[in-house]
Amino acid sequence: MADMTTSSSPAAPQLERTLPRGRVERGSAAEAQLRELWETPPGWRGWLSTVDHKRIGMRYLVTAFVFLILGGVEALIMRVQLAQPNATVLTPEQYNQLFTMHGVTMIFLYALPVLSGFSNYLWPLILGARDMAFPRLNAFSYWVFLFAAIFLYASFPLGEAPDAGWFNYVPLSGLRYDTGPNIDVYALGMVLLGISTTVGAVNFVVTLLRMRAPGMSLDRVPVLVWGTMTASCGNLAAVPSVSLAFLMLWMDRRIGTHFFDVANGGRALLWQHLFWIFAHPWVYVVVLPAMGIVSDALPVFCRRPLVGYGPVAFSTIATMLIGFVVWIHHMFATGLPALALSFFGAASMAIAIPSAIATFAWIATIWLGSPVFRVPFYFFAGFVLLFVIGGVSGVMTAAVPFDWQLTDTYFVVAHLHYVLLGINVFPVIGGVYFWFPKFTGRMMSERIGKLAFWVMFIGFNVAFFPMHIAGLLGMPRRIYTYAPDMGWSTVNLITSAGSFVLALGILIFLCDLCYSLRHGVVAGDNPWDAGTLEWSTTSPPPPYNFAVVPTVASRHPLWEGRVEEDARNGTRSSLAEGFMLDHGREALGTTALEARPDVILKMPEDSYTPFVLSVFAALLFAGLALLAWWWVAAMLAGCAISIIVWLWPERGLIQREPRRVHDAGG
Amino acid sequence: MSDTLHEDAFSDAVRLPVGSAGERSGGWFGCIALIVTEGSLFGYLIFSYLYLASQSGRMWPPEGLPKLGLGGANTVILLTSSVFVWLCERCVRRRRLRWAVASMSTALVLGIAFVGIQLKEWHDHPYGPTAHLYGSLYFTITGFHMAHVLVGLVVLALLLLWTALGYFDAKRCVALTIGGLYWHFVDLVWLFIFTTIYLSPYLLRGRQ
Repeated sequence: MADMTTSSSPAAPQLERTLPRGRVERGSAAEAQLRELWETPPGWRGWLSTVDHKRIGMRYLVTAFVFLILGGVEALIMRVQLAQPNATVLTPEQYNQLFTMHGVTMIFLYALPVLSGFSNYLWPLILGARDMAFPRLNAFSYWVFLFAAIFLYASFPLGEAPDAGWFNYVPLSGLRYDTGPNIDVYALGMVLLGISTTVGAVNFVVTLLRMRAPGMSLDRVPVLVWGTMTASCGNLAAVPSVSLAFLMLWMDRRIGTHFFDVANGGRALLWQHLFWIFAHPWVYVVVLPAMGIVSDALPVFCRRPLVGYGPVAFSTIATMLIGFVVWIHHMFATGLPALALSFFGAASMAIAIPSAIATFAWIATIWLGSPVFRVPFYFFAGFVLLFVIGGVSGVMTAAVPFDWQLTDTYFVVAHLHYVLLGINVFPVIGGVYFWFPKFTGRMMSERIGKLAFWVMFIGFNVAFFPMHIAGLLGMPRRIYTYAPDMGWSTVNLITSAGSFVLALGILIFLCDLCYSLRHGVVAGDNPWDAGTLEWSTTSPPPPYNFAVVPTVASRHPLWEGRVEEDARNGTRSSLAEGFMLDHGREALGTTALEARPDVILKMPEDSYTPFVLSVFAALLFAGLALLAWWWVAAMLAGCAISIIVWLWPERGLIQREPRRVHDAGG
Repeated sequence: MSDTLHEDAFSDAVRLPVGSAGERSGGWFGCIALIVTEGSLFGYLIFSYLYLASQSGRMWPPEGLPKLGLGGANTVILLTSSVFVWLCERCVRRRRLRWAVASMSTALVLGIAFVGIQLKEWHDHPYGPTAHLYGSLYFTITGFHMAHVLVGLVVLALLLLWTALGYFDAKRCVALTIGGLYWHFVDLVWLFIFTTIYLSPYLLRGRQ
């Protein structure tokens, strides 16, 4: 045994090694060697096999924005239909499909994937790591997301898209009232998408626990990390609920089971429970990382650290925990016992407390800092205002009697758009302006950016604020048209006009994006003079992220010496000098709480297996949708073989011995 | 958190293990996360069962209280197989490969026996998953578990193969640790399912 652990022959990789500290200068031979180790080959091979978190993150971002545009176009068509009473632009069936696909697209194919994109790209950079904990799983998660998204849209061109609303209540979505493939596509697509979300969440959680730079103890991680970690833990617990519900619905429809079949003892409310047990935590899943973006980036433009880091991190977790016990507030009108209504109403109001802590922390940061009015600041400050409006209308609907008046009216539509656009889209676009220099090495335009912000901000409020009034006037959601004498004509016209202004704002932003990609001013490593680790490497970052593993001694390694709280213990972060990892693709594993060096992790090479597995998985679900059982069996075998190939122990990763082991005898 | 700790730990070179070092490996943490999410899945299945059972006004289960004999024996068989999986890793760590192979083979045979007995239990029910609500629940929940057992059996078979091929020694057997963890989870979940399907009708009946 002893000879094996100390031998240095390539056939027997060492099981233990002294990790030296040192420097790797930019442009040196050692740097070139690192680049060669980590670089993905060019061309389609690299495209299909890459496991680089930066490329995968960028794919997530681009794909999510494509779906933002798709969902936006669907919304605009609906707003044309609703601009005037008794309009006939759309048939009722088309309208049903459009509002369903708009919701599905925005909530499942844009809101989380765009945040996964940011987190995928940024996590290893923010944490000072070489890659995510499971690079191949990361690639798999993207491919499955892409195929699930295509799957969900597959029946759209046939005019058979999902059409029972994004929360898809039974019995409307049961076979009796919806006989086409519409709901089957939605049900199976959601199960497939759930796989992507789950493996992505596993990856984030393990990356946070294992891959932080030495010294980055839990009280030093940026708030974006807290947000994504909390959201990922929430996903692990919540996604199985909706996957199960959709699978049971599909079985009810195509196998003949009776879970939601009221005539045979099933319960329609079971669907609502399972759906909202998932979907309410999901609301926080799609906002907490975005709030993390603001908590990290807003202070950069206030020239001071975030006020109340501890309380903000704590309120992030508290929001998620309470978020698991409020799902019934979506079901206040279903006739549940009064005790349940009181409890869940109270819990829903209690969520205002952690939200208010975060809000006051942002306001205090602006108040106590010296704000620099650059484009991202506009988006983040605008977000704070929209969050307050959306939050207040949320607390209003948490009151049971008031909710009874407002359930299924446009007031709820206004609330959820203020929350989802306000807390997701505004921080995301602010985040794009903020990190675009890191992604591409170029700046976006200040002047066009401010114009885009004002057009979006005005358009957004003109579009969605009148929806509150439409709701109070009694306009139900999801109606495809209305009579002229209902008194809803003016507010609807204003809403439709505002929605086009908002779309124009997004268009201006996208034009700026495309133009700046080629023609923006060259940014340099740290154009905003920000304090976190991702700004210490080049823009765009090299394939290996950090030439040596940085050592962290504070929350803002790049602000040390300037910020009082960071200088108190006298130790300094060390970015240029650190542990050298260059025996193949390697990363440093650290302990979960204190981030002390724990293990040298061997990282996998680029691989086609994730792509192949996701193709088999997508074809498996296609077979289920077509009820082609032999095809399903064959694809299942394909999945199994891909997984076995993937997990076969590799010598290079030290998952098996260098030479065959024999029995010690006896 | 002590600052001196940080200073001491990071200013010099450190000696660290390389590669997939057991519970320090990423895979072990990943398997724990998988277990959390799979555990939630079974939690929601059991929630659905109890919710629908509590709302049902009919005889539950429709054929009367479940018989415990075969199911109880099956539970013992499954738990025993977990012990042999654990034993296999212990043997590998002492380089007793023949014992390790024997132990893993025993675990595999016990797992297959569990599947056989479960199939007989399914066959003994006079109805299928589409007959009524209880049938849907019974076959879906046990079916989900059966799927996990089948995946587990493939895992055990691969671990057996790799052990027999001499892939693992005391320091490089992370696959055994992680695969074993998954199998223990599949066995643990069965205890909850057994309690729900076999025992809870007695409890609920007793209250009426």
